[in-house]
Amino acid sequence: MSGTTPPEQVSKEGAGSSSAVSREWPLYEVFIRARGGLDHKHVGSLHATDARMAIEHARDLYTRRQEGVSIWVVRSSDIAASDPQEAEALFEPARDKVYRHPTFYDIPDEVKTL
Amino acid sequence: MGAVPALGEPSGWSRMYTQGLDVQAADPVSPADEAALERRFQARVDREEKIEPKDWMPARYRATLIRQISQHAHSEIVGMLPEGNWITRAPTLKRKSILIAKVQDEGGHGAYLYSAAETLGITRDQMIEQLLSGKAKYSSIFNYPTPTWADVGAIGWLVDGAAIMNQIPLCRCSYGPYARAMVRVCREESFHQRQGYDIMLQLCRGSAGQKRMAQEALDRWWWPALMMFGPPDATSTHSSDSQRWKIKRFSNDELRQKFVDFTVPQAKFLGISVPDPELRWNAGAQRHEFGAIDWNEFERVLKGNGPCNVERLAERRRAWAQGAWVREAASAYADKQRRRAESCAA
Repeated sequence: MSGTTPPEQVSKEGAGSSSAVSREWPLYEVFIRARGGLDHKHVGSLHATDARMAIEHARDLYTRRQEGVSIWVVRSSDIAASDPQEAEALFEPARDKVYRHPTFYDIPDEVKTL
Repeated sequence: MGAVPALGEPSGWSRMYTQGLDVQAADPVSPADEAALERRFQARVDREEKIEPKDWMPARYRATLIRQISQHAHSEIVGMLPEGNWITRAPTLKRKSILIAKVQDEGGHGAYLYSAAETLGITRDQMIEQLLSGKAKYSSIFNYPTPTWADVGAIGWLVDGAAIMNQIPLCRCSYGPYARAMVRVCREESFHQRQGYDIMLQLCRGSAGQKRMAQEALDRWWWPALMMFGPPDATSTHSSDSQRWKIKRFSNDELRQKFVDFTVPQAKFLGISVPDPELRWNAGAQRHEFGAIDWNEFERVLKGNGPCNVERLAERRRAWAQGAWVREAASAYADKQRRRAESCAA
């Protein structure tokens, strides 16, 4: 990259120019499938101008040691998430429904393949 | 660039990324509520629960993490420079490939850490601005020069070794995104330390001149490596809060001692000597005693007067400025693609 920069650009866009923040590239969340047959799993995030660049950067950033065979990227702003304040209301009701688990039922040892 | 928003303000939160998606500006809380929230927060930390970006956290916890994680990220990025210096002059193609991979890893570590810091409400550009303006600190170790190839070995062995010692406990840090980033970093860091020791080993098994080169590199890096653990516990200002919040699990002196105990036998195996006449094994305490660290030197380098402070920052500023047209072109291209897609859809 060095040596190819138009000098007027350098002076205009020196460190700490005031417009830098507004042009920050959007954030993408990265999901990697480690091996065929596994789910894509969230591994982190990165900045990119578009989805294609996000995939290319994700490849360099998150799969340098063969960590994956497939990459998903999603604009962070497109993800909706539950609110931690509502965690109790959302998840507490499942707590007392232990009958949803197979271990809740006492089956005599003589009964097989159940 | 505009002023950095006061840490913990809702305006900062709105820039949080996903793991902090759309945090609603919190209603102002009364001091009594604040105290209750803080007690609940501390109880969660005490139970070893992880704190995630959208969870309530004390403003000082947030500020401490932003400072620590961003400085850590900056250290990774500036840390690419002393070794990058040797990529074109690595002695063999194998060493060159290894060094490129290592330096690329450091860039990756910086990126993981910047992302983790962003979850706390600071933007990437704000952090870069703080680095380039000299406002933010980075590890002083990278303000030392790498005059010979043996310095590349010594950095991997000692500097990455000390970094691992610091970073392994951070994998259990109370803040989820930082802990997760550190797990990745530590997994990759072990290769860095071993390749450094491998360079030292080869030099020490080589000619007398090569061995001398290894010894001189150890002489240069030993004391700065010990300083990497930070000021002695008695004078460390950030420690007590960080320990209570389980950001920091061991004190500076504890980690430094462990590093010395691990490293001295490794130097012995290489057949080179640690440049400390007071170094000796204390059989009773089962640890090494070592000489006093020159904290004046530490302060001097921290304040910007080390051998390479000016050079390192100038290099980062140059890289940022010279990359400006690339960033702009990529943004312009993405905008054009979006406009085209919109006009097709219309």
